[in-house]
Amino acid sequence: MLLSGADILVNTLIEQGCDTVFGYPGGQILNVYDSLYTHQDQITHVLTAHEQGAAHAADGYARTTGKVGVVISTSGPGATNLVTGIATAYLDSIPLVAICGNVPTTQIGSDSFQEIDITGVTLPITKHNYFVGSVEQLADTVREAFALAKSGRPGPVLIDVPKDVQVAMCAYEPKPPAQADAPCAAKQLRIEQAAAHINAAKRPYVYFGGGLITAGAQEEMLALAEKIDAPIGCSLMGLSGIPTDHPRFLGMQGMHGHYASSMAMHHADLIVSLGVRFNDRVTGNRAKFATNAKIIHIDVDGSELSKTVNAVCGLRGDVKQTLEKLLPFIEENKKAEWNQTVQKFVEEEREVLDNRPGLTPRRAILTLNQHLGENTAVATDVGQHQMWAAQSLNFKKPRRFVSSGGLGTMGFGLGAAIGAAFGTKERSVLITGDGSFGMCLNELATAVSYRVPVVILIMNNGVLGMVRQWQTLFYNQHYSNTVLNRKTDFVALARAFGADGESVSTVEALDTALAHAFASDMPYIIDCAIDKDEFVLPMLPPGGSMDDIIVKVGD
Amino acid sequence: MNRYTIAVLVRNQFGVLNRVTSMFRRRQFNIRALSVSETESSAFSRITVTFDGEEEYKQQLVNQLYKLPDVCSIKEFTPGNSISCELLLIKMKNDSETRDEIRAAAEAFGAVTVDYSKESMTFRLTDNAGRIDDFINLMRDYEILEICRTGSVSLEKGSTTIRQIMNL
Repeated sequence: MLLSGADILVNTLIEQGCDTVFGYPGGQILNVYDSLYTHQDQITHVLTAHEQGAAHAADGYARTTGKVGVVISTSGPGATNLVTGIATAYLDSIPLVAICGNVPTTQIGSDSFQEIDITGVTLPITKHNYFVGSVEQLADTVREAFALAKSGRPGPVLIDVPKDVQVAMCAYEPKPPAQADAPCAAKQLRIEQAAAHINAAKRPYVYFGGGLITAGAQEEMLALAEKIDAPIGCSLMGLSGIPTDHPRFLGMQGMHGHYASSMAMHHADLIVSLGVRFNDRVTGNRAKFATNAKIIHIDVDGSELSKTVNAVCGLRGDVKQTLEKLLPFIEENKKAEWNQTVQKFVEEEREVLDNRPGLTPRRAILTLNQHLGENTAVATDVGQHQMWAAQSLNFKKPRRFVSSGGLGTMGFGLGAAIGAAFGTKERSVLITGDGSFGMCLNELATAVSYRVPVVILIMNNGVLGMVRQWQTLFYNQHYSNTVLNRKTDFVALARAFGADGESVSTVEALDTALAHAFASDMPYIIDCAIDKDEFVLPMLPPGGSMDDIIVKVGD
Repeated sequence: MNRYTIAVLVRNQFGVLNRVTSMFRRRQFNIRALSVSETESSAFSRITVTFDGEEEYKQQLVNQLYKLPDVCSIKEFTPGNSISCELLLIKMKNDSETRDEIRAAAEAFGAVTVDYSKESMTFRLTDNAGRIDDFINLMRDYEILEICRTGSVSLEKGSTTIRQIMNL
């Protein structure tokens, strides 16, 4: 079958099982858009307001489905607008294929109109990228990109397709979808070594991150925790990995983690770490991090083992398969004393829980919890609201917390929530702040155009709360450029875009507004008034350890 | 601090060297020497990298290299298991006072005179990096006009080849 490069590209996407793509057209990708037009019965293209929104949407789609997200843009500014989205996916190991047009091969390197070296630009933020020099390479490049994006530790892959390659004709033979590399367990010797350490532990703690969700190893992890009678904690990226109300689950640990979870990790004598990378927000001061604990580290990416903290035993392998092989070597063992200690931490946490009356951040999230379906995906932006959400949201199913953990991208949320709604085929929720929302609110237009019923909860405190919190604590209350006090009327803004909304300042009004929002078939903004001096607590100061934890304001 | 030499077999494709060095730059791996060449197969190029560091540093560098899809195989060399050599071109000032001493040293090291003029002498020395360092240090007593060295290239002793340990 003789086809144009553009048709080959679209056919290969369809062949790879891709039915939804996000993007924005332009001069050097016109041929691909022409092909999308003729294939619209097989592949849905979602037009966003900005390429960044399209990249975040493809990312949100990938996070909630586990499939490869696809984003398409034109050359030059279209391609550079993807950069933040690609970097966000890279830092959180999200499988993404980004396809950009470029000027014809004969013009490459001559600084043509809208020409940019996007493979050069994205070199450090992609798993790999391709410049397709001839139409003959195109189909196999797309297949390789899909396989690479989802193999091992997933990540974004970019394909740069010059205009003349889209035009040129070539034979095309459909192939079955590319498979990810078969997952392998870690080496047997390492597994037995790890088992010996685990069996000798008196105060074990099971700690998981996004890698556990990617591997789908929830059951194996729970079986391990059950056998060794250990509490479970997670990183931000691990949230929604297991049901929040699981009796062993202490919640997220780290800089703004749950007190009990962080304390249990700090006092453990062994940490079984599954699909995590011990980022600085997790460890604080590494010299003082879990000093009494031996770390068993299982990760599919060998370069993460002992990268930032030293593991007594590093196991490179698929988390699920490695746990499957590890479990038979693990002895069942009750740890009454340790669990009493953990229970004491849980009680201490309960004592300092924020139970103030009124519309506090915690109450806002708890009120939202009552409206969430068990399949509802919740996206966030970045800042205080993100941490409040991470601390108090209640999840039942994995892949339902969509948040920029590694890069911390303000403006991620709305695009991601739209992608999540396409991925889950149902209503999604965005928890955002007035600062973050201001960055990429243009995607409200997309949500309205496609009638995506996103519930948008803006925790509006009129300030850049997280930065302001640091200024309060560490910069002598010099509120440099963190006081927004903008005159934006978010409800009028929603209406201007063709959506609707309301403002709330009490818990009861929020509850009613959420009922309206969850009944709406359009995006619905809830402008929720939050006091500007609210803190995210507890907090481990940057570079601090558990000894420095701040649990209450005024401590 | 140890000195490490590793060979990296990569897909012979446009931009591969850039991908490898970009990773070194991004993660701030400090490289002493690097050489690239074609190999017995047109499908592969071979990069030889020399760097100093601790064992963990080397392990991290190797692990990060393995993550590049263009990297096919990595081989670490030690003086015991490998043949290593490097090429040096060194241009010395030529004057009657030091000429004989320089030429005697060059002869002792097995360096070959490849250019000779009234003002300068250029020697070529092929040897392991340590011997080349020694020769250069000796020449520092005289006036060195210019130095150019290639960085090490290495092969394993015996019949084993890097392609036999390919992880493709």
